[in-house]
Amino acid sequence: MNFSPRFIFQTILLAIRQIRTHKLRSFLTTLGIMIGVASVSTVIAALTGLKEQVLSEFESFGASKMFIFPDRPDRDGQNRYPWREIKLKERELRGLVDNCPSFEQFSPNTDFRAAVIHGRKEVPNINVVGIWPTWHDIENRPVIMGRPFVEADEIDAKPVAIVNDDAITELELPPDPLGSIIMVKGRRFLIVGVIETNRTGMMSFQPEQTEIWVPFSTARRMQSPWSFFYVMGQVKSPDLVDEATAEVRNVMRTMRQLGPDDPDTFRVEAIDQYIEQFGKVATGITAIAAGIVAISLLVGGIGIMNIMLVSVSERTREIGLRKAVGATPSAIMLQFLLEAVVLSLLGGLIGLGLGQGLALLLTIPEQGLQSANIPSWAVALAVVFSAGTGVIFGFFPAMKAARLDPIEALRHE
Amino acid sequence: MIIRVTNLRREFSVGIETIHALDGVDLSIERGEMVAIMGSSGSGKSTLMNILGCLDRPSSGTYELDGKFVSGMGEKELAKVRNEKIGFVFQSFELLPRTPALANVELPLLYANQPGDRRARAVQALERVGLADRMDHRPNQLSGGQKQRVAVARALLTDPALLLADEPTGNLDTKTTEEIMRLFVDLHDEGRTVVIVTHEPEIAEWCTRVVRLRDGLIESDKSVEPRR
Repeated sequence: MNFSPRFIFQTILLAIRQIRTHKLRSFLTTLGIMIGVASVSTVIAALTGLKEQVLSEFESFGASKMFIFPDRPDRDGQNRYPWREIKLKERELRGLVDNCPSFEQFSPNTDFRAAVIHGRKEVPNINVVGIWPTWHDIENRPVIMGRPFVEADEIDAKPVAIVNDDAITELELPPDPLGSIIMVKGRRFLIVGVIETNRTGMMSFQPEQTEIWVPFSTARRMQSPWSFFYVMGQVKSPDLVDEATAEVRNVMRTMRQLGPDDPDTFRVEAIDQYIEQFGKVATGITAIAAGIVAISLLVGGIGIMNIMLVSVSERTREIGLRKAVGATPSAIMLQFLLEAVVLSLLGGLIGLGLGQGLALLLTIPEQGLQSANIPSWAVALAVVFSAGTGVIFGFFPAMKAARLDPIEALRHE
Repeated sequence: MIIRVTNLRREFSVGIETIHALDGVDLSIERGEMVAIMGSSGSGKSTLMNILGCLDRPSSGTYELDGKFVSGMGEKELAKVRNEKIGFVFQSFELLPRTPALANVELPLLYANQPGDRRARAVQALERVGLADRMDHRPNQLSGGQKQRVAVARALLTDPALLLADEPTGNLDTKTTEEIMRLFVDLHDEGRTVVIVTHEPEIAEWCTRVVRLRDGLIESDKSVEPRR
């Protein structure tokens, strides 16, 4: 079965001419493959864009950020680990600050919801967050007006607050709100600074954009005794995440006097764990998309097989003639196989074009996925798989054509 | 000797019955002869033609074509022999639809794997049958006689040892029949070997030799004075 390049080229031309002769029929036949490839390549493009966006957000978030949460161990549970023991304590926070050299700094983070009043304007339910002065550095959110929190605010639990610019609008504060007084849970707070609203969207945990910050110690005094806090820490370098985790566990387990067999009653998380988690979700979605494309190629392939069988039976006399003038069975086989491959490849390529168009649409709206695109591996896979569909589903009809008896074929009809 | 067939048999199984389509045929054809193979339907002439054309294989006996024993060949080798040694002309022309005359004539060279200018050879063949001005015409733009001329040009393309025509005028009127037969006579005069399978005595009149089959056997084999 070795054919000259010239023969293969001529056979491909023949296939293209055959497809052009039956334009509508060929179009309808490959529609399945077209739609399948188009939809899946769009999903993959969207996913690629989403991934890039999330990753860049994580990056701006800081790859060296870590979190320490109270956490009830999975196994055993109810009364062995009461909440008041699991809860992080300020004593433990001090222990972390003193005994974890891999960390640049820590800040606790706690919040409560409260009615906030400015003059006659009352907003019933605003999230108020208690933080240390180090928070500005860890979160990379400096003040754009006034001053950040300082050590003295924390030590004296001063009634001072920092707001973001959304809060200025909502509380109807003056454009320069420094020195204004707001009432939080019935206590007077002096506004000392303004922070820009974080508009990256996806990673902001609270749906509303209004934010008010107070010193951590001040917040603790206004909270119920059952409330808790978590700790965010900044590692000196992203490479130190594993070491930092070990340090935190060591300090926490020692201070909590956990035995060697006891599970952790807290949880340490680094940003890259979130990235990993997102990666898993993205892989899952890609796998589902691959499943969809497999099904659509199967359906499309059956369509190809059907039309190729029709084509073989319509062209029985032609096959007989070709054999009579010297076509070997494998030459006939190749002719019909190539026709099926060209047909499904055409469907795949049109599908990719449609997918690319849809991907471009995704990038248009302002909040859309700016970097949505079909990665080259997906293009290659689409091409390979649609051609493969042609080979697999074209095989049986091509075989049928190749095996036709020339005498019978020339007598057909 | 172009064709030498000895004790050729071909059997078909139909259900439990065995039909002896050819029951021991011996036949030799010299280079340059113009032979009519005649017989009523069921005489075995079609079976003989299929075997002579290498489209079918005998159940037993030998067939030697242009110095090669083709009776023992496989499907792939037979395809090559058909391509190189035999030019077919069929009753219903068998041209590819929607395909220009020139491309139709070129077809055998697609499977020939020979170097050289295919187009030039196809043009030459079409000129030979007098269709130099119809090269770009599609079959549906040609008359019956013209279609058969295209088919003859296609059969001539690989310069075959044997021109094998199966009822070549069966679909043509009297006037066109004469035209086509004169074309065959011309080709014969050029030294080609022509075998025409037919049941019409008027066609056999043009040939130099008439072989009659009956019940799978040769009934008569005579040299005759051809009509010119």
